[in-house]
Amino acid sequence: MLIEQIRALRSQARFAEISALIPYASVIGIEVLDGDDEPITVLRQRPSNIGNTVIRAVHGGVVGALLEHAAIMKVIAAHELDGFPRIINLSVDYLRPCLGDSDTFARGELVTLGRRIANVRVVAWQQDAARPVAAAHAHFLVSSRSGRHSTQRSPRKTGHDTTVSTSKA
Amino acid sequence: MGQQWGRRLKYSLLRRVVRSHTQDQYPLQVPPETDLYSLDRIRSVIAGLPQVRELGIEIVELTRGECVARLPYDHRLAGNPEDGVLHGGVITTLMDTAGGSAAFSVARQGQAVATLDLRIDYLRPAHPPDPVVGKALCYRLTPTVVFVRGEAYHADSSNAIANLTATFLVGAVGFALKE
Repeated sequence: MLIEQIRALRSQARFAEISALIPYASVIGIEVLDGDDEPITVLRQRPSNIGNTVIRAVHGGVVGALLEHAAIMKVIAAHELDGFPRIINLSVDYLRPCLGDSDTFARGELVTLGRRIANVRVVAWQQDAARPVAAAHAHFLVSSRSGRHSTQRSPRKTGHDTTVSTSKA
Repeated sequence: MGQQWGRRLKYSLLRRVVRSHTQDQYPLQVPPETDLYSLDRIRSVIAGLPQVRELGIEIVELTRGECVARLPYDHRLAGNPEDGVLHGGVITTLMDTAGGSAAFSVARQGQAVATLDLRIDYLRPAHPPDPVVGKALCYRLTPTVVFVRGEAYHADSSNAIANLTATFLVGAVGFALKE
């Protein structure tokens, strides 16, 4: 079962291998780098990702896919799940041209994580993290296995974490 | 009593006006045909984009302010290897392509088109191995921004897989090159 495989990899913080389980990731060249702190999602530069041949920019949909992937990775990393997170919606702002001749990086930040819904913000950049090329926010449907205790398992700060208040109840 | 009926009538008329304004055919103020790109040229440019070719997206229909694109199913595009459901990013690419093409169809010659923002609501999973159709419609056109909405569906347009709301910047070449 996929979810068991993901759970096993997650417990060893092998996010790169989780990402590699997703077939579409390899089509556009998405990889996850297991950092010391948290996973960073990379979109490798590939001629086939171009969606604007005039300025040789990456297709807007591919940038959206990168942001969505980074958001999913963040949800998986932050929380032990019962199933694969399911996306509800995604809103992308295109801030600067995302040029096709270099790699693009993305990192998600968990805004809230409740028992059913996760809200994630993601930023993508190329050479300079201070000059983002795109930003997004997304909602995911999550079925948590142990929503109440998630903050104990994951010591990372998650902003206004709704599970914090429910655990007091 | 009479006053109340008068009020009701007023509001029902008002509602009708509002409705006809939002639901009827959109009276787009499209520049004269001679100022626009030819639809054939837009079709061939879009069809030649590397990512469009990679996913096999095809423009089925293109009129001024409206585009219908089609994405054939491919198991490589799955987001979940178990059930083969398409990755959300594939739907985003299809809808951005349809929306961008629709925006191009109302842009003046020499102008570029760039996505400013887009939002996708994933209403239900795409059903493998059916192809997905993406339809986008420009409903408002200003000198710099084209407002677009659209939906993705399999065969039945009343049973949408995803909804699109997007804005496109027109005349963006300068913006892009100045960076």
